[in-house]
Amino acid sequence: MVWKRNIAYVDLSQGKITKKRVPKSLRLKYLGGRGINAYYLFNHISPGIDPLGPENALLIGTGLLTGIPALGAGRCDIAAKSPLTGAVGNSNIGGFFGLEMRLAGFDNLIITGNAEKPIYLWIKDGEIEILDASHLWGKDTFDTQIQIRSDHNDEEIKSIVIGVAGEKLVRYANIRTGMKNSAGRAGMGCVMGSKNLKAIAVRGTMDIEFSYPEKLLEYSSQMNEMITSSRWARAQSKWGTLIIYSNTNTTGLIRTRNFQRNLLEGGEDLEPENMDRYTVGMSGCYGCSVHCRHRYVLEKGPYAPIFAEGPEYTSLGAFGTMIGCKKMETVLVANHLVNKYGIDTLEVGGLCAWAMELWEKGILTGEITDGLELEWGNEEVLFELIRKISYREGFGDLLADGFKPAITKIGKGSEYYAMQIKGMSNLHSDERPTPSLALGIATATRGADHLRSRPAIDLYGLPEELLEEIYGGPVSSDYTSYEGKSREVWWQELLYAVTDSIGVCKFQTVFCAVHAPKWDEFSRLIYLALGVDLNKPQLMEIGERITTIERLFNIREGFSRKDDILPERFFKESTSLGFPIAKGKKIDRDKFQVMLDEYYALHKWDNNGVPTPEIIQKLGLEKQQSQTT
Amino acid sequence: MHKILFVEPEKCTGCRICETVCSLHQEKVVNPSRARIQIIKWDHAGIYIPMICQQCETAPCETVCPMRAIHRDDTTGALLIDYALCVGCKLCVTFCPFGGAGIDIEGKVIKCDLCNGNPQCVKNCEPQALQYIEPSAINLQKRRMAAEKLSELMKNLLNV
Repeated sequence: MVWKRNIAYVDLSQGKITKKRVPKSLRLKYLGGRGINAYYLFNHISPGIDPLGPENALLIGTGLLTGIPALGAGRCDIAAKSPLTGAVGNSNIGGFFGLEMRLAGFDNLIITGNAEKPIYLWIKDGEIEILDASHLWGKDTFDTQIQIRSDHNDEEIKSIVIGVAGEKLVRYANIRTGMKNSAGRAGMGCVMGSKNLKAIAVRGTMDIEFSYPEKLLEYSSQMNEMITSSRWARAQSKWGTLIIYSNTNTTGLIRTRNFQRNLLEGGEDLEPENMDRYTVGMSGCYGCSVHCRHRYVLEKGPYAPIFAEGPEYTSLGAFGTMIGCKKMETVLVANHLVNKYGIDTLEVGGLCAWAMELWEKGILTGEITDGLELEWGNEEVLFELIRKISYREGFGDLLADGFKPAITKIGKGSEYYAMQIKGMSNLHSDERPTPSLALGIATATRGADHLRSRPAIDLYGLPEELLEEIYGGPVSSDYTSYEGKSREVWWQELLYAVTDSIGVCKFQTVFCAVHAPKWDEFSRLIYLALGVDLNKPQLMEIGERITTIERLFNIREGFSRKDDILPERFFKESTSLGFPIAKGKKIDRDKFQVMLDEYYALHKWDNNGVPTPEIIQKLGLEKQQSQTT
Repeated sequence: MHKILFVEPEKCTGCRICETVCSLHQEKVVNPSRARIQIIKWDHAGIYIPMICQQCETAPCETVCPMRAIHRDDTTGALLIDYALCVGCKLCVTFCPFGGAGIDIEGKVIKCDLCNGNPQCVKNCEPQALQYIEPSAINLQKRRMAAEKLSELMKNLLNV
């Protein structure tokens, strides 16, 4: 049974491994994945520690439903105190690692201490070994995985690994598995690097027993049909997330040249159809009927031949629109490079775009940039910056610590141009015309982030009756309005907290598809898989508990209302391009603060964003609360 | 003629749902290593090939079985193992050219039985890399796909 799955405490300083059952009571309160990780994050990490020190814990957790044949249920959550922001760090990874870890008998790993020399963890069917990784150190994220499979003579091994960026402690280094998947954000790869932990390799052949196998099978098929019948999923199946560009780059919801414009004029080459020139097929993560990943080949160019997977819409922005580049091939090469080095695409793109604007403004000069001329859209400069950051060379070393330290070092008003929140780069979406999306990035617990609470369906102009039915209160159908948007953000935040904790893919719930599985369907799946009843209000309460304990972690680290804020430019500069509805828009400072008040009230947090005693008691977090004061 | 479980590897997206629905249906647990179907992958080259019993017309497994424990089902055409006769010698595993017959935990020989005419892997394969169709439909499908390529070529040659 899933209830018999273990948690392993791995102390790398002592070389000690302890195994025990994951407490059932913990699962009923936090489900798994991000939820259980949030609990351990709060309870195993003392306030104020150095994220790169041995006291930081790297937490790996499979989802509660990992293994069901539906909804991309192979996702796994990786958490630690973020070396980029100092706040909650966690990142979700798809692919096949999560399923393999559960098949190997483990649902959670708590890795503390720092190893003296490079090592990797080898996990097979209930056993864990710490093995020497000196021959893997220095290898890229692809070769590392190939080498591990070869060492153990088993092509079915699934590994999560770091590349050179993680080894060099780039603060936003990521963790990767397979060709495509990354635990991209918040620098989890940097934490692995600080622990001298090159990889975690897993092979599992143990049964995962679910409560009602026949019914679960039947209901899983229904869930897959439910999601693939949505137009969003069908578009994703063909174009991946690149399809978003077709909308945002006509409407004016995309930022280009850092934050100077909200449309990329002449950006036709970046249209999703143009991926057909390079795509050889689509791929899916475990348990996914949507298969949004492009497999592509580049036969020409300086880095050819390249076989790779991606790019996501995120990379299209990071290496396309944000840096003013209009060539799909540039995006494809850069996507491959960041994946090879193991570094967060979005953070790199955000920092490069910022540096290019600083160059344009004369704040950066050749003396600081090692002679690189940071002209908009220059692909050679981009590729060189990616390499320099990954290896921490010269100007790359300055950028490798992320926005906040770089702002301090560069000074000269550079902060104004940094499109970051809590020290983390924002997506290349332009949220000025969309207050709901703006509130989401301002309040996300891990810094500027579109995957914590984004009510993407707000953009559809849905009937208000339908919105009220979904969100349980009045919401304006106008996406430029501030009315009811706090409710949307709050509701989506709870839904995504649960989604990340049961281990299914966000694209297979209410993210972009209105009629996708949500509370009731999750509830049914949990019942059929585990035989426990958790109804919609109970699941929403769990979502609230997870969000609130993450909030408590951040408060303990000194974050508060002052940090739930947008970059100043959102309030000062208006959008200049796009459809009439999106043009001439900026965020109204007062209305934003009202939205924030409403959002806190929905969570039952006080005016400073601190959870009230009532909600603390309701969620059973009294013990946790006492540690924050 | 019976329907055929037809595999088109180029359509496979590698999601492995077929493996887990198979084990869930056959063994009542999720465990790809106990499934009758497996996606063999070369991740780093982007190649995924589903491997499953081909229900051969002249089946090596049926031929080599010393106990005559493998027989064809009249309704579905599937080659089935009669476990009352099977002694677990694994000669079928040795001689199958596709890995169609496999060994489960505790040594039991397992193979695809087409789920009694309703194969779960096919039902849950969204990209239709797995299909359960009439032989005539396979012929037509293959010829149409080949003809599409030819028609593209002719269009290019004729500049239309």
